[in-house]
Amino acid sequence: MSKNIILYAAILVFGITAPFIFPAFKVQLSILCVLIVLALTWNIQGGEMGYNTFGNILFYGLGMYLCASVQVGMFFPLAEWTESGGEKTFVHTPAQFFQGMAVGLVVAAVVPTIVAGLIGYAILGLRGHYFAICTLGLGVAAGEISGGIEIIGAGQGFTTPPFPDVGGLEARGEFFYLLSFVALVLTFIAVRAIYSTRFKLILNAIRDNEDKAEAMGIQTMKYKIIGWMISAFFCGLAGGIMGGLVGYIDSTDVAFDGREMGVFMVLMAILGGKGTLWGPVIGATVFHIFKEGFWTFFLGWQYVALGVLIVVIVIYFPEGIMGWLREKYPERFGEVVDEADRKAQVELK
Amino acid sequence: MDFMVFQYPMITVQACLDGILLGILFALIAYGMALQWGVMNIINIAQGDLVILGGYIAYFMYLYGIHPAWGVIIAPIIMFFVGVGIYKLVINKVVDRDLFISILATFGISILFMQLMNFAFGADVVLANSGYGTTFLFDSAVVLPNSKIFSAFVSIVFAIGLVIYMKKSKLGRAIRATAQNARAAKILGVDTEKVYAATFGINAALCGVAGALISITFTIHPYMGLPYTIRSFMIVIVAGLGNLPGVALSGMGLGVFEEFADYILGTEFRIGAVFLLLVLILVYRRFKLSRKREYLK
Repeated sequence: MSKNIILYAAILVFGITAPFIFPAFKVQLSILCVLIVLALTWNIQGGEMGYNTFGNILFYGLGMYLCASVQVGMFFPLAEWTESGGEKTFVHTPAQFFQGMAVGLVVAAVVPTIVAGLIGYAILGLRGHYFAICTLGLGVAAGEISGGIEIIGAGQGFTTPPFPDVGGLEARGEFFYLLSFVALVLTFIAVRAIYSTRFKLILNAIRDNEDKAEAMGIQTMKYKIIGWMISAFFCGLAGGIMGGLVGYIDSTDVAFDGREMGVFMVLMAILGGKGTLWGPVIGATVFHIFKEGFWTFFLGWQYVALGVLIVVIVIYFPEGIMGWLREKYPERFGEVVDEADRKAQVELK
Repeated sequence: MDFMVFQYPMITVQACLDGILLGILFALIAYGMALQWGVMNIINIAQGDLVILGGYIAYFMYLYGIHPAWGVIIAPIIMFFVGVGIYKLVINKVVDRDLFISILATFGISILFMQLMNFAFGADVVLANSGYGTTFLFDSAVVLPNSKIFSAFVSIVFAIGLVIYMKKSKLGRAIRATAQNARAAKILGVDTEKVYAATFGINAALCGVAGALISITFTIHPYMGLPYTIRSFMIVIVAGLGNLPGVALSGMGLGVFEEFADYILGTEFRIGAVFLLLVLILVYRRFKLSRKREYLK
């Protein structure tokens, strides 16, 4: 146990000092934090509950739009803001910016949670691939519809409030890094806490055999909805932060980007290992490093690489890194391996 | 919003006719999807991208001075081999696995195709001009391009041809046997591996025909694939697997719905309406079935 505490402390110290050690990578590190949050929340559905969703992008995009809209709408007329595009007709004072961000993030987390509850009631009764395709449809529909709504910028996009003039670019990077890191820590603590309760066992029961779980007297629908709401909460939060970080929201390219972010979160969780606590974290980190390398050195070919990567991971590596490690070193995962038993198996071969 | 539909009855007629002609095309794509879903139990997200690829074959023939209508013959031949190639490379490794694996793998293929087509053919919206002229009905109140009528006619010919082929030929019998029970078919000497490859190839060929017709009738663009996948998926779940008249009817229904959505909500919401309709249909079926304590399988 003490080993774990040292590990967590080391990660925490690294996380806090990272932007000062690698000042050039501040934005990358913030994006990494957001990606890990998304992978962790996807894992609650896809990994633990067995409901493979492409639709968590819905909450991410919703959070992004809500946070920016609240941040603008609290102080200025929203329609005129989006009308003016990137031009600075209205300027937030520092106090207004941070107040708006705080309220915006709360709204960005809470509203998607409620939406998840409502939608979840309707579609969580679907199973397997029907659920997957339905959520895929939801994500794309949200993108198409939000791209037609005038007040949030329609096709031309929504510029989020620029960071106020305190400390310049350095401060902006540090602020957003801190924000995303706090979100990551909160998410990790929450997910870890969930995974040590009966709730996780119920989710696993639903994954393994939903009919039997129901027969055992578990109200599966209730737990499925709660699970999805937890995901939506953190997805919305991550979306709100990402919106401020990117500085520009477009309906299909940034917010409801099913082709990128929507697939990334699935891929990261699978790459790291579904149904494990650390899998999504490792998967997201590896994926982000790989992706940035590709995006930098093979600009233009990144989607080709992404497509090939998805196929390769899914076909040859469906257990992920954690699954592979578990097979290799079962002792480390608390599985008791009988030496005599293993020897006997080796001899049999 | 525009309520012209209710003020001018002729627009209603126009939308219905357009929708039916369009829906026949959708039904052709959905037929391919139903075929490989039924036989291999795979949902192919790359279906729409195969359609667009077929469209580009016809478009290139048009660019090189061949009449694009010949694409209806050439595109399926090329697409058949593309389909078999995809099967050999990727699909045969996911056939027996979890359905989500196949969804994700074909999603990867879809992204790959999208981007490769973007490189190869550019990101412009293109169409192959067939030069078929237009038909005017009811005092020019209803305008129907002849290419639409041509495409609906060709789709029907191909669909009927395939139905007969599936009923009469040896391969068709093998495909149907594999769909019913792959294991039993294997025991009785059917080479299921070959059957799967042929099924996927036929599916891709159907997509090729549909794509060639779409490039003549409408426009094509490298990123337009996913809506076609979703439409065909929707048609298949409404009609059910192996219900061919149902596929044709729900295809036409979807076409008409889309035309009306286009007129009433505006063109920018057209794709959004299609995807929302998918969600609504699934939710409706779920609530209907949950009364009997069942779920969609």
